[in-house]
Amino acid sequence: MSLTTILMTVFSTTLIYAAPLIFTALGGTFSERSGVVNVGLEGMMIVGAFSSTVFNLAFANVLGSATPWISLLVGAVFGLLFSILHAVATINFRADHIISGTVLNLMAPALCVFLTRIFYSGKGQTPVLDQSMGTFTFPVLSQIPFIGKVLFTRTSLVAFLAVLVGIASWYFLYRTNIGLRLRSVGENPTAADTLGINVGTYRYLGVLLSGFLGGIGGAVMAQSITLNFSASTISGQGFMSLAAMIFGKWNPLGATGAAIFFGLAQSLPIIGGYIPVLSHVNSVWFQIAPYAITVIVLVFFLGKAVAPAADGQNYIKGK
Amino acid sequence: MFNKSFKGLSTALISIIAGFIVGAIAMLVFGYDPLQNYQNLLVGSLGDIYSIGETLRNMIPLILTGLGFAVASKAGFFNIGGPGQYLMGWFGTIAFALHFSQLPGIILIIGALLCGALAGGIWSLIAGVLRAYFGTSEVITTIMLNYIALYFVNFAVKNWLAAKGSDSSPNIARKASLNTHFLQELTHNSTFNWGFFIALVIVGLVWIYFNKTRSGFEIKAVGINEAASKYAGVNVKRTIVIAMLLSGVLAGLGGAIDGLGNFQNISVSNNLPNVGFNGMAVALLAAENPIGIVFAALLFSALQIGGLSISVYSNTPSEIVEIVIAAIIFFVAIKYVFERFLKKSWLTRKQQAKKEGADK
Repeated sequence: MSLTTILMTVFSTTLIYAAPLIFTALGGTFSERSGVVNVGLEGMMIVGAFSSTVFNLAFANVLGSATPWISLLVGAVFGLLFSILHAVATINFRADHIISGTVLNLMAPALCVFLTRIFYSGKGQTPVLDQSMGTFTFPVLSQIPFIGKVLFTRTSLVAFLAVLVGIASWYFLYRTNIGLRLRSVGENPTAADTLGINVGTYRYLGVLLSGFLGGIGGAVMAQSITLNFSASTISGQGFMSLAAMIFGKWNPLGATGAAIFFGLAQSLPIIGGYIPVLSHVNSVWFQIAPYAITVIVLVFFLGKAVAPAADGQNYIKGK
Repeated sequence: MFNKSFKGLSTALISIIAGFIVGAIAMLVFGYDPLQNYQNLLVGSLGDIYSIGETLRNMIPLILTGLGFAVASKAGFFNIGGPGQYLMGWFGTIAFALHFSQLPGIILIIGALLCGALAGGIWSLIAGVLRAYFGTSEVITTIMLNYIALYFVNFAVKNWLAAKGSDSSPNIARKASLNTHFLQELTHNSTFNWGFFIALVIVGLVWIYFNKTRSGFEIKAVGINEAASKYAGVNVKRTIVIAMLLSGVLAGLGGAIDGLGNFQNISVSNNLPNVGFNGMAVALLAAENPIGIVFAALLFSALQIGGLSISVYSNTPSEIVEIVIAAIIFFVAIKYVFERFLKKSWLTRKQQAKKEGADK
C-alpha cells in the first residue's frame, strides 16, 4: 500500500471510531461543568443507539438515504428524555450523582433489550440496518493534491460534524452569557445563586445537553459501526467518553482532541495489520492503551484540582 | 442507633415495593400479566429444592462483590472496579487450578481461592495507591482498570490457558471443584456449592472487622472525616490503601468462588461481567451493612434466577427483572424524598401527641 492510502485509512478509521466518543464526551462536559457528575453516559448512549436503530428500521423505506441522519436526531431526543431521570434525581431529589448515574447504566440496557424483545419477536437483537452511514468524499476539497486524498476522501462526515459541534460547544461555554452561568453553577453555586442565577435551571440545561449529545453519540455508534442494536452495541464507549472528558480537562476542545486520540487507539488493532512497524505488536496493547494512558496522564500530568469545584455536590439552598 | 437502622430498613422496604410497582407498570403497559409473572418468579426462584440451590449459589458473587463495594464505601471511596476485580479473581483462580492441578484437592482449592483473591486485591490496590499518594479519583481509575482487566483476561485466556483456536480454558480438575457430589445430590443437581458457606463466614468476618477491630474503625473514621482522623493520629494514606485492597480481595474472592464452584473454567468475553455492577446494587440497597447485604443479595439473586423462568412460562422478556432492580436502586438513590416524608409524618404525629398532652 502506498503511504497516501495508509494515511487515508488511518485517518478515516480514526474518525469513524472517534465520532461517537466526541459527541458523548462533549455531553459529559456540559453536565459536569454545570456541577452534575455524569457516570451515566454509557446508559444515555445505549438509549440513543436503541431508539435510532428502531427508527431507522421503521422508516428506512420512506426516508431513503436521509434515514441515518434523522435517526441521529431521534437518538438525541430519547437520550435527552432518558437523562431527565438523572436530572430529577440529582437536582431535585438530592441523590448521590454517582449512584444515580449507575442507575442509568443499569436501567438503559435492561429497558432497551426488554423493548427489543417486544418489538422484534423475542430476539435480543434488531435486524441489520439497510440504510447506514457510509463514507463521504468532500466534493471540492478532495481534489487538493495529497491532503485531499488523505483528509477528505472516503472519510466520516459525521466526525467532521462532531468536531464542529466541539468548537461550537467551546464558544457556547466560554464566550456566551448562558455558558458562563452554566459554568458558574458548577464552580460556586452559592455565589451564582446570590447573583440571581437559578442553579437548578442551569444544571438541568447541563444534564439535558449531556443526554442529547450522549444520545447522538450512541446513535452514531449504531448507525455507522455496529449497524444494529443488541446488548453489546455499546460496550464501554460511554466510559471511554468520560475518560476523554477528563483527559481533556473538562474543556470541549480538549475533550474533542482526547476523543480523536482514543479513536486512533481504537482503530489501531484494525489498521495495525497494514502498517509494517505495528503489524508485529499484539492487538491487546492497542485495546488497553486508551485506558492505561488515561490513568497515567491523570496520575502524572493532571492534579486533582481540575474538575469544576462544585462537581458532584448537591446544591441545597440556604445551607 | 435503633432509629438509624429502622430508617435504613424502611427506606429499603419502600424502595423494593416501589421497584416492583415500576416493574408491574412496565408489564401492564406491554400487555403482560404482572401477578402471574411475579408468581412465576417466586416459584422459579424458591419453589423447589433445585431453584433454591440455584438462588443460593447466585447469591455468592453478589454477597462478595457487594461486601467489596461496601468496604471501600465505608472509607469514603466509590469502587466501581467490582467487575474488573471479580474478573481478575476468576482468572487468577482458574490459572492456579490448571497450573497446579497435581496438588491434593484441599490445598489446590485453598491455593486457587487465595490466588484469585490476591489477583482481585492487586487490581484494586493500584487504584488505592494512586488515590492515597497521587490523589487520583478512584472512580476514574477503577473504571479504566475494569476495561484493562477485560482485555488483559481475554488475551491471557486465549494465549495462555486455552488450546490453540479455542476461546475457553479447559475445565479444572474435579477435585478442585467446590460443587461436590454430596451437594449436587442434596439440591437435585443445582450449581449450589461450598462457596456459599465461605461467603457467609466472610460476612461474619467483615462484620467483626468493622465493629471489633481498630483497623476497621479507622476505615470508618476516614470515611466520615478524613481531616479529623488525621488529626487523631490515623495514618490516612495507609488506611485508604487497606480499604481499597480489602475491597478488591472480596470482589476477587467472588470471582474465585464462581470460577471453582460455578463455571469450572474461564472464557473470552465481549463485556464486563454484570455481577460486579449488581454487587454494587446489593450494597446500596443494604446501606452497606454486612448482614443487610445477605438479604439484599437474596432478593436480587431470587429476582435473577426467577427471571429466567418468567420467560419460560410466558413470553415476557426476562429483562423485566433487571428493570425492577434498576428501579429499586433509583428509589434508594432518591431516599431523601422518603426520608423527608417519613420525618414529616413522624414529626406531625409527635407534635399532635404533644398538643394532646397540652390540652389535657
